[in-house]
Amino acid sequence: MKTTELPRWATALLLPVLNLTSALLVAALVIRLLGESPLESMTILVNSAIVNPEGLSYTLFYASTFIFTGLAVSIAMKAGLFNIGGEGQMYFGGLGLTLAMLFFDASLPAWLLIPAAIAGAALFGAMWACIPGYLQARRGSHVVVTTIMFNFIAASLMNFIIVKYLIPDGQQNPASRVFLDAGAMPRLNAWLPVLGDTPLNVSFLLAIVALAMYGVMVWRSLWGYQLRATGLNAHAAHYAGVSISRTIIVAMLVSGALAGLAAVNSVMGSTHYLSLNFPAGAGFVGIAIALMGRQHPVGIFLSAVLFGALIQGGFDLSLEKPNIPQETFIFIQGLIILFCGAMENFYGPAVLRLINLGRKG
Amino acid sequence: MFEDFHFASIVVSTIRNAPVLIFAALAGLFAERSGVIDLALEGKILASAFASAAVAYTTQNPWYGVAAGVAVSAALALLQGFVSITQKGNQLVAGIAINIAMSGLTFVLAQFFYQQGGRTPDLGQARLFDVVLPGTAAVANVPFLGWFYGHVIGGHAVLVYLAFALIPLVHWVIYHSRFGLRLRACGENPHAADAAGVNVAATRFMAMLIAGVLCSFAGAYLAIVQSGFFLRDMSAGAGYLALTALVFGNWRPLYTALGCVMFGFFSAVQIQMEGVDLPLVGRIPGSLIQMIPYVVTVIVLAGLMAKSVAPKALGTPFVKSR
Amino acid sequence: MQPAVEFRNICKAFGPVQANADVSFAIAKGSIHGVIGENGAGKSTLMSILYGYYNADSGQLLIDGAPRSIRTSHEAIALGIGMVHQHFSLVENMTVLDNVMLGAEGGFRLAAQRAAAEATLRDICERYGLDVDPRATIHDLSVGAQQRVEILKQIYRSASILILDEPTAVLTAQETAALFDILRRFKEQGKTIILITHKLGEIMDITDQVTVMRAGAVIGAVATATTSKEQLATMMVGRPIEGVLPRAPFQPGAAVLKVDNLQLNDKAGVRVLADVGFTLHAGEIVAIAGVSGNGQSALLEILSGMRLPSSGRVEMLGTPLPFAGLPDADGLPATFRTLGIGHVPEDRLRDGVIKDFSVMQNTVLGYQERVTNRWGLFDFAAIARRCARLLAAFDVRPANPDLPIGRLSGGNQQKVVIAREVSAAPKLLLVGQPTRGVDIGTIESIHKQLLKMRDDGVAILLVSVELEEVRALADRIIVMSGGRITGELNIEEFDTTRIGLLMGGMNTVGGMHTVSGVHNA
Repeated sequence: MKTTELPRWATALLLPVLNLTSALLVAALVIRLLGESPLESMTILVNSAIVNPEGLSYTLFYASTFIFTGLAVSIAMKAGLFNIGGEGQMYFGGLGLTLAMLFFDASLPAWLLIPAAIAGAALFGAMWACIPGYLQARRGSHVVVTTIMFNFIAASLMNFIIVKYLIPDGQQNPASRVFLDAGAMPRLNAWLPVLGDTPLNVSFLLAIVALAMYGVMVWRSLWGYQLRATGLNAHAAHYAGVSISRTIIVAMLVSGALAGLAAVNSVMGSTHYLSLNFPAGAGFVGIAIALMGRQHPVGIFLSAVLFGALIQGGFDLSLEKPNIPQETFIFIQGLIILFCGAMENFYGPAVLRLINLGRKG
Repeated sequence: MFEDFHFASIVVSTIRNAPVLIFAALAGLFAERSGVIDLALEGKILASAFASAAVAYTTQNPWYGVAAGVAVSAALALLQGFVSITQKGNQLVAGIAINIAMSGLTFVLAQFFYQQGGRTPDLGQARLFDVVLPGTAAVANVPFLGWFYGHVIGGHAVLVYLAFALIPLVHWVIYHSRFGLRLRACGENPHAADAAGVNVAATRFMAMLIAGVLCSFAGAYLAIVQSGFFLRDMSAGAGYLALTALVFGNWRPLYTALGCVMFGFFSAVQIQMEGVDLPLVGRIPGSLIQMIPYVVTVIVLAGLMAKSVAPKALGTPFVKSR
Repeated sequence: MQPAVEFRNICKAFGPVQANADVSFAIAKGSIHGVIGENGAGKSTLMSILYGYYNADSGQLLIDGAPRSIRTSHEAIALGIGMVHQHFSLVENMTVLDNVMLGAEGGFRLAAQRAAAEATLRDICERYGLDVDPRATIHDLSVGAQQRVEILKQIYRSASILILDEPTAVLTAQETAALFDILRRFKEQGKTIILITHKLGEIMDITDQVTVMRAGAVIGAVATATTSKEQLATMMVGRPIEGVLPRAPFQPGAAVLKVDNLQLNDKAGVRVLADVGFTLHAGEIVAIAGVSGNGQSALLEILSGMRLPSSGRVEMLGTPLPFAGLPDADGLPATFRTLGIGHVPEDRLRDGVIKDFSVMQNTVLGYQERVTNRWGLFDFAAIARRCARLLAAFDVRPANPDLPIGRLSGGNQQKVVIAREVSAAPKLLLVGQPTRGVDIGTIESIHKQLLKMRDDGVAILLVSVELEEVRALADRIIVMSGGRITGELNIEEFDTTRIGLLMGGMNTVGGMHTVSGVHNA
């Protein structure tokens, strides 16, 4: 029987793999044009990012941040919203945890301080997503435009706050003071010395927990059902008694909170101070992760690790091959977003025809 | 206090800051008025900035550079059109993807060709320099008018004049030409346009192409006129600021251009404001002034200021029904 | 003189449905020709074939005596055929002049063409009595004026045959009278008009000839002067309609729903519901009959909490429904469900199911809070057990709870919806077009299910455009036309002519036939 719709295994697995492969093929082509061998480059990358234990540790460290920003975009997408304000929400979340640190890192023990800072990050991230969420729900202002604006507002506002209020006297570097040791996220190399001197920390475990919670909440809870209903068919969700405006606002708040939590890894896990523009594009990587991972916890995890590997491997690759600087991976990120997001159904008709070739009817 | 302000230089700076935004915003206007969201202005600016700087350097001719910029940006616009119109893909995602991809690719290519840390070499003489109007020297000593003639009306590069000349031209095309009428119909009610015999897809592709060409001038301006080289991420958010001007200007050429000039003004003032004590508020840091255009846009989007109404069919791929 | 349009043996099928079956009739030039029929009679399909949207499967189409093959609407326009649809093709923020010129601008520079176009428009307005200002912007115009712009567009493109599809659905009485004046002027100018409608008053008022269609076939083609409303009504709906389905004796219980003076004006200011009031009792089925578009859909949306009325009062088991003071209906359907109101929506795919959700997920749609435990998580075991029970009891095929419901046939989807609403044990069940897009076997089982609920004491409000269904199920019938209730009758009083008249907008009060409704002339 000829079918008019793609079977689930095709949409869930085959198409994403084809899309990702296309992106990588284009990247390979560019690497070739830059005079390098794509295969050799990939080997160097894989060795650095996965095979080498310290490299793997760095890969997972980067992945921890990306899991949170990927979750942030994913949860908004489930409600039908395209939250591209992750960058600003992460930045502002960093302010939240910084304030907790600056006020309490001398007085509170680590087991109180760290949760307080984490809460601060989540709270401030949510705050930054609150207005765009409210405007979409109540005024119909498109969340994409408002979140882009809020990214820029965050950049300017944080610049002001850091320079005016947070720089310790006498320091030139636009950053806050260094947090005391009580505010450092415990590093995993304390239990696994093979990881070497790398910043992989407990945030990675938090990220796994967040993925699990996301899976449970979205697919097994009442809230998740209402969220997905709103995203798939707002009319039917309304019929079902779901309050669309409340769903939108809460989805944005949760999304912002998750983006804010991404700051925990970068700041409390690595630098231990708040610096200018520390998100460095992680919010946008989150978009790629959510699209590539199809908003599924396993997909998000794998995509985050892939991107972490691209960053880590890309760094070592850029040292060995000056013609392939780290910025190459920003280009690859764009390709992935293009193929897995905007062109996600590009191979659909061809696959459908192939499937039907083998059928009668 | 006001002696700290140099009004003259603010005026001239505004005139020189505006063209990047004007080119990009008018480009976005064509695309969006036809119904296609154009978030990829940033990417097109970067791509054309790199291409024009690279070709201008290699050929030592700024005009070949401009042409190269046009070609590259137009190609990107057609790709964007293919994804948005033919494939009916998510236009927001397509725009973001192009921006990120170009941010990386331009650096990589610049590094590959020139090994100067991701920038192109200085263009030296292969730039577009300020046009000195005839008689400038003669009237130079006349108070105010001498300065006005020499530095406000005259004394800018050709692309600056092109940017300002485009404003009435785009207005005319949008509102007084057949193409403009069909374009607007496609953006408001593509089904009505289709019923009236207009080819919606072709019109939208044409609009994307025009957007690509106009946007390329923004990149060429940055590289060939303003700095004399390409630098990583040199667009610095101009593409998004242009979109802001578009929202602010309610998708109308004259108001949008006004928004661009206003944002150019804020840029110019921002630099001057550093270290200036204003009555009551004291010193306003540049970063807060930088914020103003975005805050204003959010207020407009919230419907608290003038109503900003996007073209009705913006962002919805057109599927023929019946 | 050759007829302007002649249909010869036109047949058109969509899958198993025969939309047009051997349709043959002629439309005289310079006349106003009415085509009347209920929903599904085939009138829209026929006109779509004439206008080039569809191609007939077989048969001939003659324009001015010459056989033509019209493959696209542009070919139709070239032949001088123009069509004014129910939903206008206008660009709201442009002027009348720009809308008319769109696609036929005449040149690159608009300024030069505008003057000529405006002159032509003003001339056309003069000649046909169309009161339209070419410089006005569309969204400032009333609906009636917008319709005149649509007509203007057709004439500007030299249409000599004008098709109007249910034009008076959105007009007030005065606007309808004005429209008819315009149509008469057309006729004087030698143009041909085809008027698709279900309103008997209009037919008698303005047409010269009438073709009555039913179930895809032509029942009769008569000269208006030689017929009467009763005769038309009989032809329109008259057919042997199966008797009432077996059920328990009619013993209605207490009043469950009291609707009082319900009004609804939509955003464009059009009166959708006017002075609607009735009472529904436990254990009875009240069917709202009428051609779609006369306010029935809005009524169901209001009673289910999906939409707010402009004014009026509704009481459910003595409790007033909480419309007052709300800015919008966001989240309201949940409240209505807790009051015991169930809803099988008219538009199944838009409102009733989420096609990407599985069958099992759809069985809790609307009742998702009832299957949640105190941690906010679903009790999957219980949901699965219940789902399996429902799929078996209602014979849903395939009985696979994990299949996305979009893969099921329309009939099976509907079974899931009904199973869901029925098993929630509502006191009042709102049902809209329950058997639309559903196969015969399923229709029977759905009817049996509804009757069983009625016998068990549930109050049921059924909206249906299928008279067979109304006859089979109803204890009482309410007919709506133009947003108003035109008549109420018990099932024993069922008479196709009378119902046809009521559906056609004629109010029967004490035996006298008067015109009712704000939208009918």
